[in-house]
Amino acid sequence: MSPTTSTEPKVPAQRGGSAGNGADAGRERVSAFWSLSRAMLLSFRRDRSALFFVMLFPLMFLLLFGTLLKGATSPHAKVAQVGAVQVLDSVQGEGRTELEKVLQISKVDDESAALTKVRKGDLDAVIKQDPDGRIELRFSTADQVRAGSVQGILNSIVQQANQAAYKEATGKPPAFTLDATQVEDQSLKPIQFLTPGLLGWAVATGAVFGASLTLVGWRQKKVLRRLRLAPVSAFSVIASRVVVSTVTALAQTAIFLVVATTPYFGLKLTGNWWLIIPLVICATIAFMSIGLLAGSIAKTEEAANGISQIIVLPMSFLSGSFFKMDDAPTWLKTISEALPLRHLVDAAGSVLSRGGGVMDALPTMGILLGFAVVLTLISAKLFKWDDV
Amino acid sequence: MTAAISADGIRQRYGDVQAVDGVSLTVEAGEFYGILGPNGAGKTTTLEILEGIRKPDEGRVELLGMAPWPRNPKLLPRIGVQFQASAFFRKLTARETIRTFASFYGTGPKRADAMLERVGLADKAGSMTEEMSGGQAQRLSIACALAHDPELVFLDEPTTGLDPQARRNLWDLLRDINREGRTVVLTTHYLDEAEVLCDRVSIMDHGKILHTGAPAALIRELDDTVRITVESGQLAVDRARELLTAAGAEIAALEDDGVSLSVSTRLPAPILAVLAEQNALRGLEVRGATLEDVFLQLTGREYRA
Ligand SMILES: Nc1ncnc2c1ncn2[C@@H]1O[C@H](COP(=O)(O)OP(=O)(O)O)[C@@H](O)[C@H]1O
Ligand SMILES: [Mg+2]
Repeated sequence: MSPTTSTEPKVPAQRGGSAGNGADAGRERVSAFWSLSRAMLLSFRRDRSALFFVMLFPLMFLLLFGTLLKGATSPHAKVAQVGAVQVLDSVQGEGRTELEKVLQISKVDDESAALTKVRKGDLDAVIKQDPDGRIELRFSTADQVRAGSVQGILNSIVQQANQAAYKEATGKPPAFTLDATQVEDQSLKPIQFLTPGLLGWAVATGAVFGASLTLVGWRQKKVLRRLRLAPVSAFSVIASRVVVSTVTALAQTAIFLVVATTPYFGLKLTGNWWLIIPLVICATIAFMSIGLLAGSIAKTEEAANGISQIIVLPMSFLSGSFFKMDDAPTWLKTISEALPLRHLVDAAGSVLSRGGGVMDALPTMGILLGFAVVLTLISAKLFKWDDV
Repeated sequence: MTAAISADGIRQRYGDVQAVDGVSLTVEAGEFYGILGPNGAGKTTTLEILEGIRKPDEGRVELLGMAPWPRNPKLLPRIGVQFQASAFFRKLTARETIRTFASFYGTGPKRADAMLERVGLADKAGSMTEEMSGGQAQRLSIACALAHDPELVFLDEPTTGLDPQARRNLWDLLRDINREGRTVVLTTHYLDEAEVLCDRVSIMDHGKILHTGAPAALIRELDDTVRITVESGQLAVDRARELLTAAGAEIAALEDDGVSLSVSTRLPAPILAVLAEQNALRGLEVRGATLEDVFLQLTGREYRA
């Protein structure tokens, strides 16, 4: 039966062709890009295990490590005060609240009982004041860090009290003052390296796995082939995946920062902390290029999973995501310089809580994007549309 | 007018297997064209080469007057493709799936939803594609291929694995699609499907097209052959051949597959007489030729999907 023998009114055959082309081609590209992004976000949101693995699992590590390490070097010391101690008692109002953040002071009458508690480690120190104004601090040397911090805090309180007394006596401010908080900021609190480290690990996990599993899953389920037969540009496909991974990474960042800055963990953000946003975006692109490479090599989702894990986990250890690399051998440190995560962790730590600025973030962003370009070029060589 | 498809001498080899071995074909605009063959005949590979997702080792293909390889974005909106295995995004509903595919062509959600309704999936629009039955997935897959209103549609074994009712429903849909003026290329390993649906059908085996023509014409070319079958075990094949030859019967084919003894001939009378004489008429069936006989004649073997 040729078209002319058909009894039914046939629609002109050219109709379909003109519908998909022409003046509104630009609008189409945009809508393909958005609908792809939407499809991927929906798939991700409905995939419980992926959601847990990417969003909750790293957060659990933050809660766990944060809580475990909190006690270790926390300046929050328990001190028993015997009788009246003027320098402590005189600290009232806002100053008192600040003081109680670092010192938990209980008033006791029985000095010897309190000293026994110090020996057993239930208390960190006992403090009392002689009638002649001398302050006596007795502590155990079992926890030297804790003992040192109690000493430091008391020292600064005594100095402040002395300065106040001087000012009262002479009417002039003292020539030299000590900013007591400075002592504390110099020491790196665990949350200050845990936050960028674990956040970096979380972002790397999400982006590497997101890219590799999407690529292999689409190839296996022939979606890639279907996309190739649709008038969608490779740019739209890649850009939409980048957008989805970036949104995920920024959500991870927001959750991490909210949790880490709670009073419980006490991360204090410094001025240019917002630089974490461009840093995370650049890092996401770098990590996605790793995932792209893994997905170009792997034939099955299991293989993609394995390859991604083999890359992400060692990279995280070498980049100081879980513990600091200060004591590592030099050659390991050299290797870690080649890893994008290392650069993200360093720069994130700097801008989040150590007062780093634009000049600390910019070179890192350059390194991350350069890394992405190199790996994407390699992936393009290895890329396959089909698994056969 | 240019043909919808013209292919010339295409060949494709996978290692030791010559999957497509010199296929040439022409499909006219508006035609319902079938490629019929058993599993492994090379149908899917041929289709992939025509669609432009596989570069043939040899040969030339033109689709709507353009070369499909390398990827030709001008051509893509004008063709619709349904793969043998459904290709869907993970964890999306039927509605989200077709809307997403439609958007690639700039087709809006209204038309996408209408297409879903047309293939009878309106009540399944909110179901995850993972939870759909084989027939529903197949229909969704076809709807996704059609949403952007292509003029040339490729369907790879669309009814394989469906129950008879679902198959018939799908046939109605495919006929409608073709009546609207679309060229349809379909592969199948069901003889009846090719016979019922296709304007023209190519019979394919071992990577080669053996014969092409309208199903009715192919059958007519067998010169009104009649196929006579009786239950097996009443008369041995050798003995039957002896008796039939002695009776002067003309035999086009004679075989016993363990279930039935069958004879193909243009003159059934003498054969029926012999069978009656031998008291071997249990389970007697006499029917005109089908595509199965065409395949038998072309390849010398029974058709097995
Ligand atoms: N990707 C492939 N790699 C190797 N052999 C293949 C591949 N695809 C198909 N074949 C082989 O090529 C032949 C034709 O396959 P195919 O085109 O799928 O046939 P059909 O669709 O008719 O069943 C078969 O022998 C099949 O095993
Ligand atoms: Mg096939």
